[in-house]
Amino acid sequence: MAEADEDLKSRRTVFVTVGTTCFDSLVRAVDTQEVKEELFKKGYTHLLIQMGRGSYIPAKSTGENGSLEVDCFTFSSSITDYLRSASLVISHAGSGSIFETLRLQKPLIVVVNEDLMDNHQSELAEELAERKHLFCARPQTLYQTVADMDLGSLIPYQPGDAAPVAKLLNSFLGFPDD
Amino acid sequence: MENSNNHCLSITPSSLVLLSIIGFITLILIRVLYIIHRSSQPRSASSQQKPLSTLIVLGSGGHTAEMINLLNVLQKNSFTPRYYIAAATDNMSLQKAQVLESSWLSEGGVEEVGSAKFMQIYRSREVGQSYITSVGTTLIALAHALWLMIKIRPHVILCNGPGTCIPLCAIAFIFKILGIRWSYIFYVESIARVRRLSLSALLLYKLRMADQLFVQWPQLKSKYHRAHYVGRLM
Repeated sequence: MAEADEDLKSRRTVFVTVGTTCFDSLVRAVDTQEVKEELFKKGYTHLLIQMGRGSYIPAKSTGENGSLEVDCFTFSSSITDYLRSASLVISHAGSGSIFETLRLQKPLIVVVNEDLMDNHQSELAEELAERKHLFCARPQTLYQTVADMDLGSLIPYQPGDAAPVAKLLNSFLGFPDD
Repeated sequence: MENSNNHCLSITPSSLVLLSIIGFITLILIRVLYIIHRSSQPRSASSQQKPLSTLIVLGSGGHTAEMINLLNVLQKNSFTPRYYIAAATDNMSLQKAQVLESSWLSEGGVEEVGSAKFMQIYRSREVGQSYITSVGTTLIALAHALWLMIKIRPHVILCNGPGTCIPLCAIAFIFKILGIRWSYIFYVESIARVRRLSLSALLLYKLRMADQLFVQWPQLKSKYHRAHYVGRLM
C-alpha cells in the first residue's frame, strides 16, 4: 500500500493531445528518442498520447531500462481527467484545449500545426506565449523547447469573464443590470 | 428647329423606366443608410423590460464553449424565448445547448419550461468543398436560412463565429431594411482571433450589419475602431 502511494506520488505524466484533429507531425516529434530522453531527464515518468485522427501510432513502452512509460489512445469524450493528472501538457493550438489546460493551471507547451491553411491558431498561441502563460513551439522545435523550458518562468493565467459583454448588451437593450 | 425641340422634350417609355429604377435604387440606398445609422443607436427606453426573443447561433468546439460562457451570465428572463441554431453536420453543439438549458431549469433560473427550441441549418460550404459546388450549397443554405428566419423572426441575434451565422445575419439585415422585423445583431469575435478578424466578423464589420461587434484582444480594438473591446471571455 505504501509502495502504491509512493508510485502515485512519483508519477509525473506528460499528456499530449491533438483534439479531434490529425497532427501526425506532433505525435512523431514527441515519439522521437531525443524528446523522450529529455523528458525522462527532467523527471517525467509517463508519456500519454491522445492521437486523434492521426495515422502515425507511437510504440507503447513499459518503461523498463530507465525510460518513459509510453501509452496512447485516439479519442476520449472528455480529456479533463487526463489534464488534471498530468504534470506537463503538450497540446495542439486549439483554443478549447489551451484554455481548459490553463484553467487547470497546468504547465503547457502549445505546438502549432504548420500544415493547416490560414493558421490563425498560431496567433493565440504566440500571444499567450508572449504573456508567458505557456510555451509555443513547432514540431521541429519541440525538442529545443522541452530542453530549454523553465516552468518557473510561467505566469498563471487568470480566467476571463463574460460579464463585461452582458453589461454592454443590457445597457444597449435597456435591460436593468443586476 | 422643331425637330431639335421635340428631341429635348421627349420622354420615352424607356427613359421613364430608367428614371424609376434609379429613383428606386436611391430610395433603397437611403433606407439602408438610415438602417445602418439606427443600428448604432441603443434601444429606446420606452420599450424596456419586455423580454426579447433571441436567436443563438452555435459553432463547433471552441465557439460553443465561448457562447455557453456568455449565456451563463445573461439574464435568462430578458432573453427569451431562445432559439438555438447549429450547422447540420455539427452533432455536439445542440446537445451542449440542451444540457445548458436543462441545468438552468433545475436551478430555477428560468420561468418558462421547455420554451427553448433547437434547430439545424444546412451549411453554405463544408471545409475543402469545391467552390463550384459551393455556389449551389450556399443558395440552399440561404433558402433554408430564410425559411428559419421567417419562422423565428428574432429580436436579438447572438453569434460568435462560424460561417453559419452569415446567411442568418444577412437575412436579418434585409428584414430590417424591409421593415419586417428589427433584430439587434450582436457578434462576439472568438478568443482565438488576436490580430486579425475572422471572415464572418470582417463581413459584418465592413458592411455594418452588426449592431455591436465585440473583440477580446486589444490589438483588434486598435485596428477596428468601431469594435468594442471586452477582454477575454474564457
